[in-house]
Formats: sequence, structure tokens, C-alpha cells
Amino acid sequence: MWSIRAPLSPRRGSLVRRLLALGFVLPAAMLAAPSGADEAWRTPKPAIVIESKEHCVAPPEQIRREHPDMLRHQRNLTVRLGERGMKFSLNGCIACHADRQTGSVIGSDHAFCQGCHSYAAVHIDCFDCHQPSVRPNAPALATGAKP
Amino acid sequence: MARGAFARKEGHVFWLLVVAGLLAVAGGLAAAYAMEEHGHSISGMSNQIVWGLPHVFAIFLIVAASGVLNVASIGSVFGKPAYKARAPLSGLLSLAMLAGGLAVLMLDLGRPERLMVAATHFNFRSVFAWNVFLYSGMFAIVAAYLWMLMEARMNRYAKPVGLAALGWRFVLTTGTGSIFGFLVARQAYQSALLAPMFIVLSLGWGLAVFLIVQSAIYAWNGLQLPVPVQTRMVRLLGVFVAAGMYFVIVYHLTNLYWARQVAFERFLLFDGDVYPSLFWSGYVVLGGIVPMAILFSPLPRGPLSAVAGSAFVLIGAFAQLYVFIIGGQAFPLEIFPGYVATSSFLDGAIDSYAPSLPELMLGLGGLGIAFLITAAGVRVLRFVPQDDFGSHPAVVVAED
Amino acid sequence: MSAAPPGPSRRALLGAGAAAAAGLMLAPGIRLVELAQARGAGEPVSGRVRWGLLIDANRCASGCTACVDACAQENGLDSTIELRQRPQWIRKVELKELRTGRTAAAPVMCQHCADPPCVDVCPTGASFKRADGIVLVDRHTCIGCRYCIMACPYKARSFVHEPLTQQKPEVPRGKGCVEGCTLCVHRIDRDRSPACVQACAESEHGAMLFGDLNDPSSEIAQRLRATASTALRADLGLDPGVRYLGV
Repeated sequence: MWSIRAPLSPRRGSLVRRLLALGFVLPAAMLAAPSGADEAWRTPKPAIVIESKEHCVAPPEQIRREHPDMLRHQRNLTVRLGERGMKFSLNGCIACHADRQTGSVIGSDHAFCQGCHSYAAVHIDCFDCHQPSVRPNAPALATGAKP
Repeated sequence: MARGAFARKEGHVFWLLVVAGLLAVAGGLAAAYAMEEHGHSISGMSNQIVWGLPHVFAIFLIVAASGVLNVASIGSVFGKPAYKARAPLSGLLSLAMLAGGLAVLMLDLGRPERLMVAATHFNFRSVFAWNVFLYSGMFAIVAAYLWMLMEARMNRYAKPVGLAALGWRFVLTTGTGSIFGFLVARQAYQSALLAPMFIVLSLGWGLAVFLIVQSAIYAWNGLQLPVPVQTRMVRLLGVFVAAGMYFVIVYHLTNLYWARQVAFERFLLFDGDVYPSLFWSGYVVLGGIVPMAILFSPLPRGPLSAVAGSAFVLIGAFAQLYVFIIGGQAFPLEIFPGYVATSSFLDGAIDSYAPSLPELMLGLGGLGIAFLITAAGVRVLRFVPQDDFGSHPAVVVAED
Repeated sequence: MSAAPPGPSRRALLGAGAAAAAGLMLAPGIRLVELAQARGAGEPVSGRVRWGLLIDANRCASGCTACVDACAQENGLDSTIELRQRPQWIRKVELKELRTGRTAAAPVMCQHCADPPCVDVCPTGASFKRADGIVLVDRHTCIGCRYCIMACPYKARSFVHEPLTQQKPEVPRGKGCVEGCTLCVHRIDRDRSPACVQACAESEHGAMLFGDLNDPSSEIAQRLRATASTALRADLGLDPGVRYLGV
């Protein structure tokens, strides 16, 4: 049907051009539409609750950007070299940021870790092994969505 | 059967095979997903028998993948023309079975999602780490080899690349045997003999697979395998089976000579669980004596004798691997020589293993992957052996 | 990255505290870890120390499982799947000598070899030996291939066959990874002894002794110098950190 040697005929070509145009214009229109009704189909921004009054170990911007490297670097120091008692520690994060009701950092989209990870669709691998709750024998809570 | 009649059915047969293959693969993926969700508790494996039925399938596929390339090596490196015509099919089968075997191994990992970790963190004292490079290198070399074989102007490079492939697969299969050979503590494995034993077993198993696939392709395409070629290949398979049995006999005889190994050999060969019957009936009789009788028989034989002989060899292969891998783990470690030990961790006890459905499905999924790749390859590209001597002119598969 | 080393006054306090605690004997045969100087925050372990155990099978009581229960309690091992799939980091082995009929009992756990086969075979390097001799699994890198379980002469390692949710915060462990006795590394790093050793002492049998093999003045080193001890599967030449009397 389509061959290199037979370029688009004018009649066929204009149909294709119209379809292409629709393909660009429609999403742009949807994005540009200022109505409040379109908020319903956007993913809600994370609304995590941080109740601790103390200062975090690092500014929020730094944590947001660098916490994967902090965690990964820290774990090698602790696991391989046996270094303890340093500024960053996963249990330290959990102790401060665990949800007041559930005692956990996962289990709902208001939870500290799960909220943002669910929004960004990044699977949290940590809590397959690490205890996400500060309460002993807490009921098992589901981690955020697996992308 | 008549060419015209088969050509009409051929399309149906092909798609039926593809559906069967896809079902097997889907079953394997479903089993892998179930194990990912629920853990290995749904399998029959335990803390004593940590490698089960999936590993039997995987190691068979990987060892046979190395061995099937021998057909091409005999053609390119040793210059036998009958084997040269068969080299592309042998290369395709090698790639297909390697893919199937590796898929089963990777899906049976406790954390298969950590493949990236396995690809970026290496401990080079471990044979497994070397295997990451050996197996991926094998794919690359066989792909290059196929290119040299199938593109006319590259044919002059087929011999050096074939030589490289020969060397590579010897290292690879030595590595596979050494996975077990390097285990100092296991009575079943601590032996340098395992590396050459795996190489010889690979030659037999690979040729058996090749004969079955070749016979099927010929039968379904109305082709006739020239009798001298068939005779030569069938005899060669018999030689490989005999050589494999030689290594197995030497291995067990040596073990029987060592006082500290006697209990283990008695378990494996005489009174342990299901393993003695699998070894004697499965490997020695069905996998050794019967196929050798068929393959070395001086009576005139049809193409069915190649298939029958090869099928028995493969039964023996699975039986031997089951006894080797699972039987080898079922026997308890001897931590306190001279003592009888009991504990809640099955010290001193023989672990009873029953293969579970997810494990079987995973293994069959690996076979399915190998099967699909072979079927698709043979359909799309010119892998069918082009014999152009004797009274049987070359017949090319009709294009749809 | 790591915090600045603590000043001399903190070190002195920690040292004095450790010495005082060491002087407090909980029971004969048990002593908290004797250190000349406690490790400060951010300080790596060093090879000057080599942790080890001495297990006296003559004092180990057949049928007693204090060490096993303490380990399960400390490390959160509470599986209910079938026994052959359940993880066990330490187990009591009941022995009967074939020739003489003599019976004995001893706990067996990871032997923390100096030349561990499990470390050799691990493809990703997840199984590793820490500088102070403790052989561990880095579960961040473990892919669950179980090759280390095949390689271990002592059946020390277990594979986690089921999803876990009730882990202890100090002992992360999860489905699909391999695990084994950590010599209670989370306790050792805080100047305590392993849970099994403490439980054995509290059970009045006192069959287990923990200490620094490299320190000639430690009790374990003195006893090893005085009495003949054996290593399990000594023929393999692995130089385990766990020694036995009476087997």
C-alpha cells in the first residue's frame, strides 16, 4: 500500500495532514484549558503530613533531591564498614516521620514516604526488608503503587 | 507426504506450534509472577534443597545450548561438508536454548528484579560473575558466527569466528561444571572431574536436540535426510553418549573408593528415595544402554531411529540432572564426621523434595522460549540445512 | 560525610563506661564486650579486632534451646511455613558418636570463617566479611541466587521463602534474600554481646563465650590457649571464628 516510490497523493496527503494536526492541537487544547473541571483527572499532588516540630537533618530541598544518594551511601558505610551513629539513618527518618495514627511511613498516600513516591510512581524497595513502622507487631500495610 | 498438500497445511501447523509455545511461556511467566508475590514457599524447595526443578531445566538448556553448537564447529573448524550445511540451524538452536535456560535461571532468583544489580556488581572470584560475561558473550559470538555463515561474502570468516565460538563454549561449559566442582563442602560436587564431564555431556545432549529438531523440520517440509549424513550423525551421538557414561562411571567409582563418600554413594545409587531408580532406570538404561543399542545398531534404520535414540538420550539427560542437582542436595552435609546428628534444621536428615507446579511451569516456560525462537527463526530465515549432494536435490521451503 | 571524631573527654567517658560495664559480671562466663576504647560515631570497624565464639559442648544441655529462642526473639524470626523452609540462624544439634555411643549437644550457627566459601561464590559480592571478622549478607545487593547456601559447609544460611512484615527495626530482612547469623552485629556495634551468648549465660549453663580472638588478654583467647579446641570441618582449612570444646 505505502511504498517509498509513491509519495503521498494530494487527496490522501491532506487527510493525513489533518489527522496530524488534530493530534497536536487536541492535547495542547486540553492542557491549555483553564477550567477547574480538568483538575479531576490530574493526579493530586502529594499531601504528606509532617507533624514533628524538630528540624530535619537537612533542608527539605536537599532531602528531596539527594535522599536516594544519602540512603545508598549511608547504607554502604553502615553495612560494609560498620559505621554507626551518624547524621543520616533510615530508622531516624522513620522515628520522626512515622504517621501518628498508623505509626508507619507507608500505608496511605498521606504517609511520609508513600505520599511522594506514589505521586512520582517510584517503587519503594526499602520496606521489603526494613521495618516501616515504629510500633511493634503493627499490621502489615501495603506499600505504594508498583509502577 | 505430497509437497502441495503439506504446503497448504504448513501455515496451520506453524501457528499451532506458536500457540503451544506461547502457552508454555505464559505458564512460565505466571509461575514466576506467583513466586515473586508469595515467595519460594509455594515451591518445593527448602533451605536444604535450594536449587530444584527449574534448575534441572535451566542447566539442561544451557549445557545443550553449548553442545548443539558442536555441529557447527565440526563443520567450520573441522571442515566436514555435511555438518557445514547444518551449521546455521545449530547456531540458532544454541541461541534459542541459551535464552530459554537463562530466562528460567533469572526468573527463579529470589529477587529477579535485581538484575541490574547483578549486571553492575561483580565479585570475580565467583563463577556466577564470570558467567554473566560468558553467557552474554556467547550470544554475541554465536550471532556473529551466524552472520558469517549466512551471508555469502562473509563465509571466509566463518572458520576463525567458528574457532572463537568453539573456544568460548568450552570455557563456558567448563564454567558450568565448575559451578558445582568448586563447592568444597558438598559430597556430591567437590570434584574437578565435573568440568570435563559437563563438556562431554553437552556434546551428547546438544546433538540429540539437534537430531530431533532436524528430523521434525525435515518431516514437516517433506525433505529427506541423506542416509550417509544420518548414519554419521547417529553414530556420533552414540559415541558421545558412551563418552558421557565413561565420565559418570569414573566419577562414581572414585567416590566409592573414598571411605568418607561411601554413605553418599549408597544413598544416591542404592537406597535413597527416588534417586537410585532415576539413575539406573532413567540415566543408565533409558539414557545410555537403550539409545546406544538403537544408535549403534547395524540394522537398516529409518529417520525414526535418530529421533527415538535422541529422545531416550534426553530422558537420560533429565534423569541425570535431577539426580545430580537435587539428589546431591538432598543428602545432608557432614558437619560432624563420626557422629549421627539431628536437629530442627534437618541436620543429618535426608530432605524429601517434591517438585511443585510453579517449578514445572517455569521449566516448561524455558523450553517454550527456546521452542518459539527456533520455530520463528526457521520460518523466517534460511536455517533449514541445504544439502546439495547425492540424489536428493536441495529443496527450499516455499514462501507464503 | 562522617562526623568529626569525638573529643577526648567523650572518649574517656565511653572508655570508663565500658570498663565499668565490663567489670559487672552478669553471670560466670559472660562479660560484656571488653574494649579498650569504644568506637565513636562514624568510625569504621577495624581488623585489629576479630570476634569469635567458644562453645563448650560439655556444658551444653541436650534439649535446652535458650540460644535458639533468644536468637529468634532478637532477630524477629517468627515464620509459620513448613519447617524445612523456615529460616534458622542457629540450631541445636543433638549428637551421638557412632563408635562409642557417647551423646553430646551443641549449637551450630554461621562459623564466621576467615576464608569463607560463601564470600567466594557470591556473584554480586553481597556475601562479605567485615573487617572485624563477621560474615554478613548485604541484602541491598543480594539477588537471591542461593549459591552461598550451596557453598556453605555448615548449612549456616537460610533463604527467606515468604513475604515478611514484622521485621525488627534493627534487623532488616526480606523475601528473596539469603540470611544467616550476624553474630548480632547490631548489638556488638553497641558494645553488647550476641543474644544467644547472653541467653546461655542466663540459663546457668554458660556454654557460650564471646570475645575478641585477637586480644590475647580476652577470656576467650586465654581459654583457647589453655584448652584444646576444635573447628568444625577443620579439614577444609577455613579458620572459623567459632570453636568448640567436647566435639
